[in-house]
Amino acid sequence: MSLLELDEVVGGYGQVQVLHGIDLAVDEGKVAVVLGANGAGKTTTLRAISGQVHVTGDIRFAGTSIVGKGPEAVSKLGIAHVPQGRGTFGELTVEENLRVGAINRRDNDIQRDLDRWYGVFPRLGERRTQEAGSMSGGEQQMLALARAMMARPRLLLLDEPSLGLAPLVTRELFTRLGDLNRNEGLSILVVEQNANLALDIGQWGYVLETGHIAVEGPAEQLHDDEAVRKAYLGF
Amino acid sequence: MATEQTGAATEPVLGVAPPDVMVAPAAAGTTPPLWPPVPRVVFVARVIIGVALSAAALYAPFYFQPTMNRVLSQAIYLAIAAMGLNLLLGFNGQVSIGHGAFYGVGAFTSAILMIDYGWSFEPTIIASALLTGVFGLLVGLPALRVRGLYLALVTLGLAVLFPRVAQKFVDGTGGRPLLRPSRKEFSSLIEGLADDQWVYFLSLAIMVALFFLAWNLTRGRVGRAMVAVRDQELAASTVGVNLAGTKVTTFAISAAYAGVAGSLSVMVDALADGTNPVLYFQRSIEFLVAMTIGGAATMLGPAVGALALVLLRRNTQDLIEGKEILAPAIYGASLIAFVFVLPEGVVGGVRRLLAWLGRRSSAKGRPPTHPIPDDSHDIGGPNERT
Amino acid sequence: MQLFLEQVLNGIGNGVVYGSVALALVLIFRTTGVLNFAQGEMALFSTYISWKLTETGLPVVGAIVISMLIAFVAGGVLQFTLIRPMEGRSQLNVVIVTLGLFLAINSLAQLFFGTDPQLMPSAFPSGGVDLFGGARIQKDTIGLIVVLLVECLALWVLLNKTRLGLKLRAVAADPVSARLHGIRAGWMLMFGWALAAMIGALAGSLVAAERTGFDATLMQIILVYALAAAALGGFDSIWGAVICGLIVGIADALTIQYVDALDGIEVVVPLGLILVVLIVSPNGLFGKRTVERV
Repeated sequence: MSLLELDEVVGGYGQVQVLHGIDLAVDEGKVAVVLGANGAGKTTTLRAISGQVHVTGDIRFAGTSIVGKGPEAVSKLGIAHVPQGRGTFGELTVEENLRVGAINRRDNDIQRDLDRWYGVFPRLGERRTQEAGSMSGGEQQMLALARAMMARPRLLLLDEPSLGLAPLVTRELFTRLGDLNRNEGLSILVVEQNANLALDIGQWGYVLETGHIAVEGPAEQLHDDEAVRKAYLGF
Repeated sequence: MATEQTGAATEPVLGVAPPDVMVAPAAAGTTPPLWPPVPRVVFVARVIIGVALSAAALYAPFYFQPTMNRVLSQAIYLAIAAMGLNLLLGFNGQVSIGHGAFYGVGAFTSAILMIDYGWSFEPTIIASALLTGVFGLLVGLPALRVRGLYLALVTLGLAVLFPRVAQKFVDGTGGRPLLRPSRKEFSSLIEGLADDQWVYFLSLAIMVALFFLAWNLTRGRVGRAMVAVRDQELAASTVGVNLAGTKVTTFAISAAYAGVAGSLSVMVDALADGTNPVLYFQRSIEFLVAMTIGGAATMLGPAVGALALVLLRRNTQDLIEGKEILAPAIYGASLIAFVFVLPEGVVGGVRRLLAWLGRRSSAKGRPPTHPIPDDSHDIGGPNERT
Repeated sequence: MQLFLEQVLNGIGNGVVYGSVALALVLIFRTTGVLNFAQGEMALFSTYISWKLTETGLPVVGAIVISMLIAFVAGGVLQFTLIRPMEGRSQLNVVIVTLGLFLAINSLAQLFFGTDPQLMPSAFPSGGVDLFGGARIQKDTIGLIVVLLVECLALWVLLNKTRLGLKLRAVAADPVSARLHGIRAGWMLMFGWALAAMIGALAGSLVAAERTGFDATLMQIILVYALAAAALGGFDSIWGAVICGLIVGIADALTIQYVDALDGIEVVVPLGLILVVLIVSPNGLFGKRTVERV
């Protein structure tokens, strides 16, 4: 049984259906990558999982069905969603942003986790009292990631983390993600346009096309398969 | 005024619709951008409605009693003011809850010219329009620097300030700022028309002229500039729209409309009243309400809204005899109800109905009227520094 | 000199009132993004409730506290029934709803409580305190100042030092993102309104006591001044609202005293202040965000 399973998920925004039957799974401790062109439904898929979009079909997390639950409930179950554009709280400081990540935790390790993430992302540590909105794109992405991790999630959903970032920063970001996956066993579902880097850290890949899965397979295979690359990934 | 998006996520998603959702140009409820060609059915329906309404408007004063004619005339000047606000707020996006002040200036200009300087009524209308237009210009200039919420507040201040200025500078009957021109000044200039009918027709004629003017304005280059400024100021300036010029001109024109309305109110009510400190604030709200109920950024909206408002005002007064205090409560409640049920106003609702009819009957594909989700997205989110 | 000092004190006395209402306005705006034109009338209604409770024999402080609790609940209910459904709609619609509330609440207050002026007992001892320079400050003004300071402090602590406050601010910054982190944004918005209503109730009850009788027009002009104070402060900052309330109050008092030409139209003072400040500093004196969208 996979950690996350999507079964025949159909849905969208009111009268416009974007997803036309998504079957997807993320195994525990693995990184799954979702690729595809603009408008294919990648973002909507993540939104469906985190409960922001109404869908039919089934979505199961650790065996229990979560379809129909709202974002707050889904978050409490252990799914952290870093949306497109980071969703950092611009008016709050870096530290406050991180604390929001831990807002529903009742344990005493919050400070320890804060220190830990300041260690992993030193630049955040330097700017802990700075307003998040004044930081660069790359720093905000790091912040969004650390913030999501503050909730100690089982599953991380990432929506186009490389968007707007310089190549070097993107590379660093994906390295960190890879580390988190290998060292912590964090399960990740990442939606990306930058197929190359994403497939490098992933184990399984899906290619979305107008609301359904066109191709899926081991990440390496998708990466190397020329036909797939040319048809769907544009390189 | 933010464009309203239909078809957003049905699950209650807070805030705005998802950033990757683009609203196609002809989204229901917003200004139809470039007057798209209408299907036959819709066209016919519109013509029928237009003819029926015109006939009703022309026949009404002969059918109703003078008191009702007076009420209808009130609706007319209210419509004019609402249209003025519509130009400024609906089409140009500048918020004003102070148009009551311009209305007041118009009213007092007419009253003072008639009482103190012996003018006959009709020319005072023009004087009012000009004077309030100038005021509008004067207010429009600093308004360039003050946006949205703040503009609303400053204009609110104007509406509150006006009666006090009137109290200070106007000496009417008994030293109070209350001017009552004699009703004889407004007697019918056309034989065969009773006084109240003349008042109605004169008001109607002016309203039609002003509405036609507004229609022309919004159809033309100026209108497009107005809307461009409303929707995307930065973009508008990059294509050469004179931002300041457009905004200030719109302010002046919109103020002039309110001024004409004030002037007409002197004829209809035979009164210019500066004693009530909240009257002009109330008027400002009425214009806003009429515009919203009727349908912002539409042509008929202000008229429909004004009529609805005046009838509502009358009927709530009848409903609650002896408990007139309750009138504003019913008034306010109706306002809220309307916003809930018909946020695009009556005209917006009718349009949607007609559009639906039109889609049903056209053989070809439908124009896109729903948001099209799009995974492409500008760089970063609102907190991003690129 | 004494006259000047007296006028300044007068101004402070009024300014504290404007600041209190401005506080409620800014609170709602900061937490929910809505400018609530009905804030004054909500406070008025609560003031009537306080008064009614004192009429039944309750001590003033108790009456006010109960009224505040009622206001808390009512504020939350109002947000839930009337404002929440407006989400995602044009801000103009929300403004219209608050304007409708303005009309409705005022009229209902007159219906339930009558139009005759009523006397609200004061929670503070009467009399004044002599200051240097021969001026005298009223004890209830001092009381109001103290109450306002305590309110500001409490709010500041709530917003900046507590988990609840962090949730409120997160929702204000980005409600969608807040929900993704497990914050129940709907509840936070309701709480913002509830809190503001409570503050308004306190402000109204204390203000009414300062006057020799109050009626349904109590808050109307105060609202204009409070809006001016909030706007001056940039709608962003709690301390800004209070400080600007004082500025508006003092400027107003001094104008009444020294500028005869503006006799009767002193309300031009808050307006002029807003205009000048905004032209010079478009986000208000203390504001950080651009408050543009309507």
